[in-house]
Amino acid sequence: MLAELGNLALVMALLMSLLLAIYPMWGAYKEHPQLMAMAKPLAIGMFVFTAFAYGCLTQSFLNDDFTVAYVANTSNSTLPIYYKITAVWGGHEGSFLLWVMIFSIWTVAVALFSKAIPIKMVARVLAILGAVGCGFYLFMLLTSNPFERLLPFFPIDGRDLNPLLQDFGMIIHPPMLYMGYVGFSVAFAFALAALISGQLDSTWARWSRPWTLAAWSFLTVGVALGSWWAYYELGWGGWWFWDPVENAAFMPWLAGTALVHSLAVTEKRKVFKAWTVLLAIAAFSLSLLGTFLVRSGILVSVHSFASDPSRGLFILGLLVIIIGGSLALFAWRGSLLRGSGRYELMSREVLLMGNNVFLTAATLVVLLGTLLPLVHKEIGLGSISIGAPFFDQMFTFLIVPFVFFMGLGPLSRWKNQNPQALYKQLLLAFGLSLSAALLINFNFEQMSYMAVLGILLSGWIVVTTVLEVLQRIEPLRLNNHLSLTQSLQKLSPSHWGMVSGHLGFAVTLIGISLVSAYGIESNVRMAIGDKAEVQGYEFVLNSVTEAQGPNYTAEHAEFEVFKQGGLVTQLVAEKRFYPVQRNSMTEAGIDSGITRDLFVAIGEQLENGDWAIRIYVKPFINWIWAGAFIMAFGGLLSICDRRYRMAKLASNPELMPELAGARQ
Amino acid sequence: MQPRRKKRLFAVSAIVLVVGAAIGLMLYALTQSIDLFYTPSEIFEGKNGKKPAIGQRLRIGGMVVPGSVLRDQSTLAVSFDLVDIGPIVTVSYHGILPDLFREGQGIVATGVLTESNHIEAHEVLAKHDEEYMPPDLAEKMKGIKHIKPSEAAYGTPKTSE
Repeated sequence: MLAELGNLALVMALLMSLLLAIYPMWGAYKEHPQLMAMAKPLAIGMFVFTAFAYGCLTQSFLNDDFTVAYVANTSNSTLPIYYKITAVWGGHEGSFLLWVMIFSIWTVAVALFSKAIPIKMVARVLAILGAVGCGFYLFMLLTSNPFERLLPFFPIDGRDLNPLLQDFGMIIHPPMLYMGYVGFSVAFAFALAALISGQLDSTWARWSRPWTLAAWSFLTVGVALGSWWAYYELGWGGWWFWDPVENAAFMPWLAGTALVHSLAVTEKRKVFKAWTVLLAIAAFSLSLLGTFLVRSGILVSVHSFASDPSRGLFILGLLVIIIGGSLALFAWRGSLLRGSGRYELMSREVLLMGNNVFLTAATLVVLLGTLLPLVHKEIGLGSISIGAPFFDQMFTFLIVPFVFFMGLGPLSRWKNQNPQALYKQLLLAFGLSLSAALLINFNFEQMSYMAVLGILLSGWIVVTTVLEVLQRIEPLRLNNHLSLTQSLQKLSPSHWGMVSGHLGFAVTLIGISLVSAYGIESNVRMAIGDKAEVQGYEFVLNSVTEAQGPNYTAEHAEFEVFKQGGLVTQLVAEKRFYPVQRNSMTEAGIDSGITRDLFVAIGEQLENGDWAIRIYVKPFINWIWAGAFIMAFGGLLSICDRRYRMAKLASNPELMPELAGARQ
Repeated sequence: MQPRRKKRLFAVSAIVLVVGAAIGLMLYALTQSIDLFYTPSEIFEGKNGKKPAIGQRLRIGGMVVPGSVLRDQSTLAVSFDLVDIGPIVTVSYHGILPDLFREGQGIVATGVLTESNHIEAHEVLAKHDEEYMPPDLAEKMKGIKHIKPSEAAYGTPKTSE
């Protein structure tokens, strides 16, 4: 019964999205206020029905209703209750339901929190979201319905959730990632609405900025969580593999980062309008491309679900319609988007353009590296794979000029910057960061050039960011005679957002450089009681015993780690076997720290009873993810900026009646 | 030239330069890191008439011949044989085999061809679950009546070298 209700709710949500795509758009075209006003209730309706369907599926999981095919495939009666709730997104159909659920949350959020924006614009934005939603709901109902029944013959128990997914990471990684992925649809809708309206000013950039920043922050957290999860769960101890599925999430992030910066220029300086619109289209298209790659079954990874060619074709069709349609619209209306600001060659505008060029280049590199093997195979040239060295090499080339601009950009003025005025600061920044890089790297045996370069770049970002803040508060201190802390408080939240974003990037870069250069990965053969020395740490394998979990059996290994005779930590690693799926997986033992992680995982048992053991020492690896969180926090700070709320105040009829009147 | 034109010329030539350099670097990096995929029989017979050269980096996918997995007694060195429709290729590897590595099942290894039938692997991947076969391998085996790994013929391969 629940499944049928859920199915019905999905059909209703599809209808709502269809109406949402038509009525407000027509209303905006005809200047018909009633039709435009329908956007909000329709968006709410779409959300309510989707949430209801989502609730139905969750309840089916809790009830162990194995007549529902999806529940039978991804759950089991022995599964702990919290995994039953998260198993809703443990397979293709359900995770797509989560996807549309999040999509409807974004849509309803736009409908509710856009009081400051003219109703015509909101109507168009919501209509575009409705049209995109139509595609998603149709995809779900036609090719991947989570409510399909297995009647009259249904299994007594389910096939269980993939053991890799029975983990805390599973609870938070997919919702965060989807919030980011789908959130770019809002930026996309704002860009298209601006194109349709032909609105020449760049107020839309201001309206779309908080939404884009929110989506970008979620995506940053989502990607970082995915990387962290892979690190501790897959048992290989790596944090990034340039796996096509990782690339699929990384490409929208790169394009989104470019978009966030380009939007800032468009809002403040009224230039790069066409470019910003293109980036918004690109970011969302790349999100869709990622979905296509992951769900069509042409890739093989933890993320790819059972393949079904019709799904791939459907998403490909959707992709062609959305990209093709929006680019056609861009070709038609793009000429209206003329920048009005003037700027010189040496100015913040040009430096931000440089940043955009390198981010776009990076996106293209990842796109090429991901798609080339697929194309190569499809046109009959045979299977190839493109290894991590390609990406590593390309990103090393790209990051040097990128970081150079990143330090220079905030220090420069808009419009025109006298290069000579910056020399002193830049020299100082270079000197400081070079000495920091050398000092830090002298602490490691066998100094690596790449690590020195990485720390130099990170130091450059940190020093220039600090210099920029000092430069910004200087007039406040001199003219208004404020103290340092007082003048720091005068800086706007969006400025702190930028500072935090850039510092976060530097932190991530420090982590990446040090762990890539100085991380030790050692595979050893150990018997019980054996010692292995890695980077000054002595690992002792104390025991391996059989253990029993709720739905698995495990080999449970206990280690002790000593440094210079003193006990550092005790680690527990397991190799689990899940009988329902006949699948085994590795649970690594990790001792996390600010300056290093100790990582052990057990491999197979060898003939004479010895164990194959992975022992890794990973310096500064946690900085990679910490930096991502700092970046996302920067996004959050920027959203809190008063100027996004000021527009809201201005439209409050009691405060400014004439403005409110103008909206009608 | 007018300053505006000059600016544009500068911008355009900068973009052309950057794009050109990027493409050049990208192609260079690509040639270094593309790995072609072979099955064991393709290692012997060549693929599209081209045999892999000794010293070439490549990927190989095949079924592990039961009984061929040899572990060194004191280190983590291991070697095993792969087969698809006849010839056998030996893979040596130093390290930990994936959790799902089993005799008689499909795996993919990346490494360097050191002899005509021997590969030094630096990475070994196994399937993700019981039903999985590496897609490259599954495609190659489609429609071919392949020899069961347990019946694989040792000794000289039937195909001419």
